[in-house]
Amino acid sequence: MNHRLKNIIPQLLTLLFVLAVIGFFTINAQLNMDERGIDFGYGFLGQESSFDVQFSLIEYDGSHSYARAYLVGLLNTILVSVLGIIFCTIIGVIVGVARLSPNYLIRNTAAWYVEFFRNVPLLLQIFFWYYAALRALPLPENTEPLFGVTYLTVKGYYIPRLIWENFDILFYSILAAIISIVIIKNYAKKLQEEKGQQLPVFLISVSLLVILPALTLITGMVQLEVALPVLKQLSKTSFIYADGISVPPELLALVLALSLYTATFVAECVRAGIQGISKGQKEAAASVGLTPNQILKLVIMPQALRIIIPPTTNQYLNLTKNSSLAAAIAYPDLVLVFAGTALMQTGRAIEIVSITMLTYLSLSLAISILMNWYNKRIAIKEK
Amino acid sequence: MTNINILKPTRDNFQTYLYIGLTLILISIFDVVLRSFFNFNFSTFLPGILNLFLPLIIGLVGLQMIRLEYSGNKIIDKINQSVNNNPFNAGLTLLIIFLTLLATPPALNWMIFEATISGDTKEACAASEGACWTYIKVWFRRFIYGMYPNDFHWRINTAFIFLIAFAFVGYFMKGKLKNYITFYYAILYPIIAFIIINFLISGGSFGLEWVETNAWGGLSLTFIVSFFGLIFCFPLGMILALGRRSELPVIRYISIGYIEFWRGVPLITVLFMSSVMFPMFLPSDAFVDKLIRVIAAIILFEAAYVAEVIRGGLQALPRGQYDAAKSLGMGYWRMQIFVILPQALKLVIPGIANTFLALVKDTPLIFVVGLSEVVGMLQMAKTNPKWLGFAMEGYIFASILFWAICYAMSRYSQYLELKYKTDR
Repeated sequence: MNHRLKNIIPQLLTLLFVLAVIGFFTINAQLNMDERGIDFGYGFLGQESSFDVQFSLIEYDGSHSYARAYLVGLLNTILVSVLGIIFCTIIGVIVGVARLSPNYLIRNTAAWYVEFFRNVPLLLQIFFWYYAALRALPLPENTEPLFGVTYLTVKGYYIPRLIWENFDILFYSILAAIISIVIIKNYAKKLQEEKGQQLPVFLISVSLLVILPALTLITGMVQLEVALPVLKQLSKTSFIYADGISVPPELLALVLALSLYTATFVAECVRAGIQGISKGQKEAAASVGLTPNQILKLVIMPQALRIIIPPTTNQYLNLTKNSSLAAAIAYPDLVLVFAGTALMQTGRAIEIVSITMLTYLSLSLAISILMNWYNKRIAIKEK
Repeated sequence: MTNINILKPTRDNFQTYLYIGLTLILISIFDVVLRSFFNFNFSTFLPGILNLFLPLIIGLVGLQMIRLEYSGNKIIDKINQSVNNNPFNAGLTLLIIFLTLLATPPALNWMIFEATISGDTKEACAASEGACWTYIKVWFRRFIYGMYPNDFHWRINTAFIFLIAFAFVGYFMKGKLKNYITFYYAILYPIIAFIIINFLISGGSFGLEWVETNAWGGLSLTFIVSFFGLIFCFPLGMILALGRRSELPVIRYISIGYIEFWRGVPLITVLFMSSVMFPMFLPSDAFVDKLIRVIAAIILFEAAYVAEVIRGGLQALPRGQYDAAKSLGMGYWRMQIFVILPQALKLVIPGIANTFLALVKDTPLIFVVGLSEVVGMLQMAKTNPKWLGFAMEGYIFASILFWAICYAMSRYSQYLELKYKTDR
């Protein structure tokens, strides 16, 4: 009895404390809202928002509802996060491998990159790219084309727009290619495990991915038109490129800063993962006659991935959360559109901040579930 | 293939190959130096792309010609091993050397030779193409002290000197006093620090004029925010970590909920919450200063991260430590304080240092509530009509500042890690 009491009392006290804090806040919030004549509720989401958003993936203007504005912000946040995750993975893996290079110069260049970029606040980097680096770009009318058809100007990056006809057929062909790749991969794995033969899986996959969609184009089932960006005069001194897709400089700066910053952390995870594989593994693989490429692909990487993935997941989560810094350079992400403009207009602090926080919580949760699933798939399967 | 065979040295003809190869490498480097420093290019008669890559090709051939294992020459062997062990690495080596050579003259010109530091108006910089360090010089006080009145800067300096002095008191605690060292740092020191900052920097009594927190800013604000964040989030994180490992379900679930919630949301929304939502949660007549609200938000936020780091250390301790402590008849708190935590904290020094680094790097975010530390002051200076157009200089200055602070902190944590490392 004495022992149980000893367990219950601290729990009861903690619970009471938490409840008291929550109760105190709720009562105050209630009183404050009564005083100001606001009622709590999410009904405002259906009202007309009457503000414009600079950059949006879906159709949106002031006559749409706040809920639609929320969706615009959310999609923009997801866009930045996905682009950032892709680029930071690419840069991070390259730098991480480069830090273990036998080449003295490469190793040290990579080390300096990591030391510098991770010790400077992300916000400062975003400001640097947006206000200093990208502002130094030429005006649209003086821009030389990059890769022939794209234009990197101070007003944004203009790329050609692809106009598809019968896009669904192309989509199905890509889907078919992916499914066949999965089948071939499984078959190759079986072959590898049973007979020790290796198929050139990578080559086959790439050619499948290229050939199947290309076939649909050649046979004329799918038509593709390319709308090149064309210089257009708006007024006497103001030019833009019309017809193409314009990537706003805010998005460019944000993706650059986020991926360069997060890549330093990913690089460290990759390095730790590869270093975590004991030398014996490499030597054993070499002594059974595997080539250096095979050693990396069949022995080192599958083991290193297990060490690399959990911390890298954390970095992806951080990147997603850090994308909220977009508000600082007026990129219309969730925080700027919803917790900024919408909050200013409606004054519904509690509802809007809570929705924003819940959204980020669920985004984080979604990424960690996805990565946990992947991690489980590649984890050691003990028999 | 024959081409490569011709270029491949053997032990017999290595001397000749070495001379030719080194000459080629020197020619290629000389070419790039000429191009970058003297703006002179002797191969303009070649077609465009070949002209551009000529030094790279010559250099690659040269490096190929000196690549021989165990050549007998120690220096050549070392070069081959470290930067020239296969054609791919050789190419990357050349690329890095050439890019450095090409980038050096413009960077040096901009930063040093054509830069201006004299004068104290924008006009002083108008004449030259280079960086305008005059801008940094003129705004330096603002970057360090924010909008704090110039006459009172000594108050901030004195306050920081006092803070540092009191931080060193622990070193002089000898003998019996040493038992109270934890008590001093965990409870007494934060109170002393708060009193010092409150009376010296904030003022309002002892004949010191009151300066509202809106005027605080610059690097000193960065230090104040990270300092309080640091000393308060550590004990809170420790309690949360213990709570998450507790055997009592209510405490465990409350800790898990707290930690996962704060780790799932970005700091910027937390700061938004502290500025727009928090006042709604207080009695209408209560007023909490903006700076205190922000620091409280940062503490609550970072504590969740500290808690996870400390939990890692707690989990890494073998069960035997707990059992041994219990078998000596220690209660829960005595066991944690004297046996478990000292060992666990030692294990997680790098993790805690990383969290604190993140805290320092997160301080610029307080711009969302209208407080401006260094980066915020930069933004303010940048939009000042008298000083338009010097964004680059400001960002370079601030990056070097932050880099130095963070690098020093990470070095110190490495030193601590070595100092407290005990073999187990």
